Amino acid sequence: MTVRLGVDIGGTFTDVAVEEGQQRWSVKVPTTHAAPETGVLDAVARALAAAGRTLGDVSLLVHGTTLATNALIERKGARTALLTSQGFRDVLEMGSEGRFDQYDLRLVKPVPLVPRRLRFAVPERLRHDGSVLVPLDAAATADAARAMAAAGVEAVAVTFLHAYADGAHERQAREILTREMGAVPVSVSHEVSPEMREYERTSTTCANAYLQPVVGTYLLRLEAALKARGLAGAMLMILSSGSLTTVATASRFPIRLLESGPAGGAIFACDIARRLGLERVLSFDVGGTTAKFCLIDGGTARAAQAFEIGRTYRFKKGSGLPVRVPVIDLVEIGAGGGSIARIDAVGRIAVGPDSAGSEPGPACYGRGGDDATVTDCDLMQGKLDPAAFAGGTMPLDAGAAEVAIDGALAATGLSTVNAAYAVTETVTETMAAAARVHAAETGTGLEGRTLVAFGGGAPLHAARFAARLGIDHIVVPEGAGVGSAIGFLRAPLAYEVVRTALLQLPDGALDGVRAALAAMAAEATAVVTQVAAADSLTVQRAALMRYQGQGHEIAVPFDLDADTPGFGAALQGEFETVYRRYYGRTIDGCPVEATSWTVRVQQHAAAPAAAPPEAASHPATPNRRRRVYDGDAEVWQDWPEYDRAHLQPGAAAAGPAIIAEDETTTVVPAGFAFRIDGARFIHLMRRQP
Amino acid sequence: MTQRARIIGDLVWQRLIAILEDQAQTLIRTAFSTTTREAGDLSTGVFDRRGRMIAQAVTGTPGHVNSMALAVGHFLARFSLDTLVPGDVLISNDPWLCSGHLHDFTVVTPVFHGGRAVGAVANTVHMVDIGGLGFGTEGRDVHEEGLCIPIAKLAHGGALDTVLLESIAANVRAPDEVTGDLHSSMVGNAQAAARVSELLADYRLDDLEAVADAIIARTRETVEGRIAALPDGEYRNELATDGYDHEVLLKLRLIIDGRTMLLDFAGSSPADTRGINVVLNYTAAYAVFGVNCVLNPDIPCNHGSLAPIAVSAPPGSILNALRPSPVSARHMIGHMLPDLVLGALEELLPVPAEGAGLIWNPSLRGVGSDGRQFSMVTFNAGGAGAQTDRDGWNATAFPSGVRTMPVEAVEASVPVLIRAKDLRADSGGAGRQRGGLGQTIVIEGDAANLGELLVNPMFDRLDHPARGRSGGGDGARGQVRLRSGGALPGKGRYTVPPGDALVLDLPGGAGFGPPVERDPAALAADIADGYVSSAEAWTGLRKP
Repeated sequence: MTVRLGVDIGGTFTDVAVEEGQQRWSVKVPTTHAAPETGVLDAVARALAAAGRTLGDVSLLVHGTTLATNALIERKGARTALLTSQGFRDVLEMGSEGRFDQYDLRLVKPVPLVPRRLRFAVPERLRHDGSVLVPLDAAATADAARAMAAAGVEAVAVTFLHAYADGAHERQAREILTREMGAVPVSVSHEVSPEMREYERTSTTCANAYLQPVVGTYLLRLEAALKARGLAGAMLMILSSGSLTTVATASRFPIRLLESGPAGGAIFACDIARRLGLERVLSFDVGGTTAKFCLIDGGTARAAQAFEIGRTYRFKKGSGLPVRVPVIDLVEIGAGGGSIARIDAVGRIAVGPDSAGSEPGPACYGRGGDDATVTDCDLMQGKLDPAAFAGGTMPLDAGAAEVAIDGALAATGLSTVNAAYAVTETVTETMAAAARVHAAETGTGLEGRTLVAFGGGAPLHAARFAARLGIDHIVVPEGAGVGSAIGFLRAPLAYEVVRTALLQLPDGALDGVRAALAAMAAEATAVVTQVAAADSLTVQRAALMRYQGQGHEIAVPFDLDADTPGFGAALQGEFETVYRRYYGRTIDGCPVEATSWTVRVQQHAAAPAAAPPEAASHPATPNRRRRVYDGDAEVWQDWPEYDRAHLQPGAAAAGPAIIAEDETTTVVPAGFAFRIDGARFIHLMRRQP
Repeated sequence: MTQRARIIGDLVWQRLIAILEDQAQTLIRTAFSTTTREAGDLSTGVFDRRGRMIAQAVTGTPGHVNSMALAVGHFLARFSLDTLVPGDVLISNDPWLCSGHLHDFTVVTPVFHGGRAVGAVANTVHMVDIGGLGFGTEGRDVHEEGLCIPIAKLAHGGALDTVLLESIAANVRAPDEVTGDLHSSMVGNAQAAARVSELLADYRLDDLEAVADAIIARTRETVEGRIAALPDGEYRNELATDGYDHEVLLKLRLIIDGRTMLLDFAGSSPADTRGINVVLNYTAAYAVFGVNCVLNPDIPCNHGSLAPIAVSAPPGSILNALRPSPVSARHMIGHMLPDLVLGALEELLPVPAEGAGLIWNPSLRGVGSDGRQFSMVTFNAGGAGAQTDRDGWNATAFPSGVRTMPVEAVEASVPVLIRAKDLRADSGGAGRQRGGLGQTIVIEGDAANLGELLVNPMFDRLDHPARGRSGGGDGARGQVRLRSGGALPGKGRYTVPPGDALVLDLPGGAGFGPPVERDPAALAADIADGYVSSAEAWTGLRKP
């Protein structure tokens, strides 16, 4: 019984991938938003039927869902109340007190998840070291609980100041709330996000409470339905960190389920990196609305401790809600196939961040959209075959694309096809800029990386994107259409916790840090050993560190024993090494401190699948020829076109060329050559200029 | 211009801004100065051979925008580009040449491409300390305010001028942090310069000239077109602020003449004896920012967007202070300029009502029980003015780009307790659109670890509230007092004894439109949420 199921509920489609040994089947059905489990059960049944198996044969089902993300963005969570320390009722609303755009007086700040009328403050106060300044006022807390109940509250968040240092008051408040309110779920900040910085912790805890009823009941329904249909194996949830956990843990901390689809895509790319032995990878996933990047070193995606959900105002940093939980370090920008092109105030062509999405979609979809989008511009340059789009199920209207491009961009004075070229160059430049910034922010650089391109839009633009970044090698894997669901099946069984414990180096007192590290390891181990054997675990630790006086920490992984003498000095040495890699120098004489700590407990990673066998090289045979516009030379050219399904391992040719398949199109410009490997992945190689 | 040249020009423009933004973000991540990293109090830009700014990072503070654009011209006048060699780096913090006070260093690095200097990159960063009396109003002249470095070479062909660097280090209280930030500025400039050269190579361009001409001409054309669309004429406004110890009057004549705009501050108060004076560069920075917020929020900042708007103020006035006037806390007056400018544009464009303006940033000092001296500045915002069609932002900084610091982080680093930091009910001006609420902050020394708490205030709008627009009510005035009672002034020095606390009521933003036109549902929601304490309170707010 080695059948495994990956189930990914996305915003538009629900994907199921079934694996048994080296074989794989997949099914894509529309997401059923009102009751997502309906679509899941349907897709699971169909995929298993294709594989000739039943749920009783399934040993492991891994599930990821955008349900939590969508509930937050669409504000469809529970009616949530917030209990705070007296004097701090408005932390959630005041946030950073800043504006995320210097010049835009019209910007809209994120609306708090909990309105002021449902925010209650009670006498209670800790110092930063956890000592009690004012004991919790139990009577006031009970009064607040009754007021919440009277207001029809469905979930409660509790965030007291400095609760990361001691959770006793929050636990006491939870007892009172539960006593007064019964079964209403209570999220307490020292469990959800035990880190210093009250706004981020409050935001994260409120979001967790807001999601708990909707996600919790959905998971219970789904698990019951699957069991009723014969599922005997384990069901695990994929987290934003790209690791797996139990349904019970996911129901307590639904905030950790955010962005699980993109995390699945990153793991998919990690697996490809390991399989092909690629040490340094940049994953590049372009859909209709956004492009996502992730840096992968040694087969592992970078981790981060925070992200922002729902950047509703032009995708601007700061326009969403901050969430501090472990997460794969993905960058997502508003640049995709549906991104809308226009002329800006100074006559430049601007693309995105707004998107025509899939409804009405690009003008060429013929669904009533009249905005000029990136997809329209790809079509206008001959990169897409209008008759073969989506396997021929959705013919594209080139005339509508031309009208839309002219309508939006004629004032530039550019010909229609030059305007289309300018749009795709602009959006590629936008993506390249985001990738450069991310590489710089993480101190890892882009030199020598391989690009792993998936999602409908990435293979179209990957070559121009790579050339801009000095990347010479691109891999377009198979199965890219259900990459996240496949990625789920490669995810490690792991759990991370983060906690604040200040340490001045090199000689600061270590008691607090030692206690925190031990407690964190115990907490993470308890979660992982729900499924994994205790003797199969590895523990990874990192400190978030900075020079005293800086405001930005960098993550410093360490493999040192905090109980041994010289730990502080050794940790400082690790910090200096990492700092130098980021910024090229150290600041000698300036004291160093650690602010927070992360502990990750993980089951030993399974060995990756064997690298595909090399196949003898042979020239690929084109299936037809296509007129494609070369914007650099301003000429139309006759390019050979290959059907990917017909390319055998070892097939190779020099660009320019087009490789077509149902889900996407790979553009191989002049200056690149392609080769098909033993796993039928497409490799693009850039010839040195 | 060929079609291809046009397309490339736009792509180069886009990449230049991205290169500078990347540099700005790196500076924020490494900065020791809280104003740099929390307020984004920095700027980065690229300049052509004539010293004209071609592009600027999106991140940055208004105070550095226009002032750095002017500063680089001074640098290139002192050291001609053609005399510079790769590895040269120029610096200065002269308030009259750079951005208005000694804490800001501007660093300029030539860009070499094909063996020739094709332009320069520059950044301005606020330093954590510059010696002297420190950041504040108390200086009697600029010499008391700290160390001044004229335009000088910090590196000669890649070799650091150790005498200069060590002189700076010897004159500041935090030498490692200051030299660390200067190094970061130099490294950032060098990386940006290398990337500009790579960009030119990628697009097979020899220099920046054609690109610069096109960017500046197209931007200028757009901005001039928008000015020309406004009716010619003279528009006036004036605004009084609390000043240091007496009222300061700021007067503006805004003259639109065809395709140009002049902001003339004649009639404003004379320079003060304390460090709230503003040099003309900084006056221009915040005045032009005010115009651009409503006229050109969508226009990238460069020489072409700045040149059509001229700024003048009488020499020796508080808005064109001359050497050796003290200037350290020039933001106290400078941050009021956008409200002054917006008011003058009231007839021409939809502009918000006045807001709290100045950020309240008390500097907290004392000696902890461990004998360690501490000093910390916190940033706190009052309410923003209501807009024509929506309420003002509650507790949000404008025009400053500052962000507040977490209370938990403040308390973890100094023996101070912030007992409250909440929105201040009834502080938003009444109106069809309500002004943003200010906030109430209660600060005390942690009695277990501290004796007296010393506070250097830099507060305004205690006497002069944000004024309503189009019939809207004024925002609430700011108030400062001890918890035990007794009002305090907005400037000077306070001592908070153990057991007592400092209570700050930050001003609210003003309202827009007649309060009687307020949507009853919006008023009911405000009352339910406690932004307005009661219907009676709202009626009271309607009275000036």
